[in-house]
Amino acid sequence: MPDSPLLTAAAVAVIAMAIAVVVGVGLKVLRSFRDLGTDAERATYHTLHAASQAGQHLRRGLNPAGAAKASRHLRTLLGCEALALLDTSGVLAWDGAAEELKPQLMRLAEGVLAGGRTAVLPAGQPAGPNGAPKDGTGGRLAAVIAPVRAGTRVVGAVAAFAPSAGAGLVRATGEVADWVAAQVELAELDASRTLLMEAEVRALRAQISPHFIYNSLNAIASFINTDPARARELVVEFADFTRYSFRRHGDFTTLAEELRCIDRYLLLERARFGERVQVSLRVAPEVLSTVIPFLSLQPLVENAVRHGLEAKEGPGHISITANDAGAFAEVTIEDDGVGMDPKQLQSMLAGHTDGEHVGLRNVDARLRQVYGNDHGLVIETAPGEGTLITMRVPKSQPGHDA
Amino acid sequence: MNPGVALAALAVVSLATAVIGFYGLRISRTTGDFYVASRTVRPWWNASAIGGEYLSAASFLGVAGLILLSGTDALWFPVGYTAGYLMLLLFVAAPLRRSGAYTIPDFTEARLDSRAVRRVTSLVVVLVGWLYIVPQLHGAALTIRITTGLPSWAGSVAVVVVVCLTVVAGGMRSITFVQAFQYWLKLTALAVPILFIIFVLAGNGTPALAPPVANPTGLAPAGLYQNVSLLVALLFGTLGLPHVLVRFYTNPDGQSARRTTLIVLGLLSVFYLFPTAYGLVGRIFAPGLARSGQADAMVLLLPGELVGGTAGDLLSALVVAGAFAAFLSTTSGLVVSLAGVISQDVLGGGVDGFRLAAVVSALVPLGFALMTDSFALAGSVGLVFAFTASTVCPVLLLGIWWRGLTDAGAIAGMLTGGVLCGGAMVVGAMAGASSTPAWLAQPAAWTVPGAFAVMVMVSRATVHRVPKTMSRVMTRLHTPERPLATER
Repeated sequence: MPDSPLLTAAAVAVIAMAIAVVVGVGLKVLRSFRDLGTDAERATYHTLHAASQAGQHLRRGLNPAGAAKASRHLRTLLGCEALALLDTSGVLAWDGAAEELKPQLMRLAEGVLAGGRTAVLPAGQPAGPNGAPKDGTGGRLAAVIAPVRAGTRVVGAVAAFAPSAGAGLVRATGEVADWVAAQVELAELDASRTLLMEAEVRALRAQISPHFIYNSLNAIASFINTDPARARELVVEFADFTRYSFRRHGDFTTLAEELRCIDRYLLLERARFGERVQVSLRVAPEVLSTVIPFLSLQPLVENAVRHGLEAKEGPGHISITANDAGAFAEVTIEDDGVGMDPKQLQSMLAGHTDGEHVGLRNVDARLRQVYGNDHGLVIETAPGEGTLITMRVPKSQPGHDA
Repeated sequence: MNPGVALAALAVVSLATAVIGFYGLRISRTTGDFYVASRTVRPWWNASAIGGEYLSAASFLGVAGLILLSGTDALWFPVGYTAGYLMLLLFVAAPLRRSGAYTIPDFTEARLDSRAVRRVTSLVVVLVGWLYIVPQLHGAALTIRITTGLPSWAGSVAVVVVVCLTVVAGGMRSITFVQAFQYWLKLTALAVPILFIIFVLAGNGTPALAPPVANPTGLAPAGLYQNVSLLVALLFGTLGLPHVLVRFYTNPDGQSARRTTLIVLGLLSVFYLFPTAYGLVGRIFAPGLARSGQADAMVLLLPGELVGGTAGDLLSALVVAGAFAAFLSTTSGLVVSLAGVISQDVLGGGVDGFRLAAVVSALVPLGFALMTDSFALAGSVGLVFAFTASTVCPVLLLGIWWRGLTDAGAIAGMLTGGVLCGGAMVVGAMAGASSTPAWLAQPAAWTVPGAFAVMVMVSRATVHRVPKTMSRVMTRLHTPERPLATER
């Protein structure tokens, strides 16, 4: 009888699901009965909660989408009838009643935006005929308009509407405007951090080290008489390497392209070091098309050559592996060179000291910025013990074009 | 046949799988070979791997058994399984490769910019994977029971244990090579015995026991509706199979994804010649196998029946090895892609999460397989295709080719398709195979259009939810890639 076991299985599944639902609902109900503290504690909680909710939406600065969501929370914070957020060019968001005042708001706020002083406009009195604001909103609500100041500039304003504009509302609106200003400044900080990262990437691109260029050209020169064919080959490799490193478009590349670049780099290094640099490679083909940040592996290999093997006597060995690890691609670069002092490395990666391993720090920072803090470089090293660097990037990155 | 031979064949296949998985890439290379190493997988390799992963118990055992039972009607199965790749080639392969998403949930999230769609897609994908593993385990149970006389559960448990061990121990690192090996093993394991049998029969001048057109079971032939519905299920179902789509990411670009699919079409066509030959030879020379209710095991029994002796034993061992290659490759492919989805969506990524997810995604279908009896293998795999065709396929096709798809539409369509098709499957199973009307036994012909229709209508009704990122994503899906700067 093929049907009855199937039926049993289906019944078991349904019962299990029902139990899960009951338990879930029960927990929710239980939680709602929990003690929530005194009235004052609750008021503090609500204020802070509204502020943090609004803060999330203002994280990208004053823009219409974020302002629309934030204004709702800010209005509950102030307890007024309507609240508007504006920047210097127009009204970004309006939440609450009396939306008929919206077209006039820019005119009402002109003085605030220009002068940077809080304006209090009582209800009722109509605005002046030729656009100049008179004392009053022209509607049934009074308004308090407070400037949002980032640094010394006025970048926008918060307008609160209530039946009467008491001293409490005026002070509170001023505070909210200052708080919004702090969020906007944070957003600007974020933006400048991104710009800094981009500048750093550009610097890194321009930073194929002068030593490397000098050494490569010298190595090539030494072959010109003895082995012209090889010298020619090396010059072509050098040209290709620089073309890749100086390319202008895109912040991302594929693992395959980055490996190709490393190959050229190592070819040039080996022209100089000869058999002292040995390289082995184990790459899973599944991860070759994984998207990684541009020039994120080459600096690691350069670090292994420069700081791991150059200082060492006798031949050194570098091994590069790339593995498929579930949803991630895992790349490791290992050398058996002189290693590093972990303490010093740590303070260098944290940005406290400017060591020789600037490339490492740059790659680490970029990985963290793009993929989150869990995806920084993992470096295992000790003096005299070589270095193992592991990098883990998600294979799926629909947002990034190689 | 001798149980020891079958067990030895099983052990050899499992060991070979594990060894290739572990050591396939351990060969150290020097920089001289850098170019070789950093070249992506050639379309040939990749096509073999896709073939290896795709040819499951249904293809290896089920198709031949079905031809033995119902003759030319059963040919729709290999036709559908292969032609599904034509759909993949025409509509999905290249755009999906360009999307940069690694799993179907990744794709739907990127395309529709919605976490909710991702969750629903993940749920559906996991369900499809589990449903698809169950027939593989049934096939293993059947194989073990027929060839060694051990209890049925031993086969299913053996497959799950081998798959879990290799995946958890990291043995699927070089999964492409494992799967490519499995394809050629399966092809050899079918081709050599049947050719041998045919030569022996021709040499002996063995008389035919029945004409090939005679129907050994007296079952009514399938009607037009059933054939059309089956074709719809197989054509559209192939588009959404999680383990098949993942393979395409090993291609460096959309163009080579297309070329790979073309080779897959060829490889599958060659492969399906042999189950068909088995079915035909079985009909003519061993119609008794159909009557004893062992049709699915026909491929395993035929060499012993028609050749016999040591040669028969060796040929049977080869077929058993091929059958286990089929169970192992499809199951491990599914387990790896399910583990990827589960670990990412439930356990937050990470290596340990992946291992745990791999074990879970192998044990759940094992429990289900032990609780249920095997239906006809090809038939139950056909139902899984119908389910995929009614859920994942619409969201993929509309997501790639229609700008108007919204998250609400995608969720509504997937749920509709899932409920309709799943409901039909459960009702059909409850009513029993004999009393199920055709429209319930083969639901794809109405559930697939139903899912498409709901998806389109709900999307139309929620036009304001078309994601802002739509134009950018669509451009990415449909414009050819920049050629790799490093190709010279």
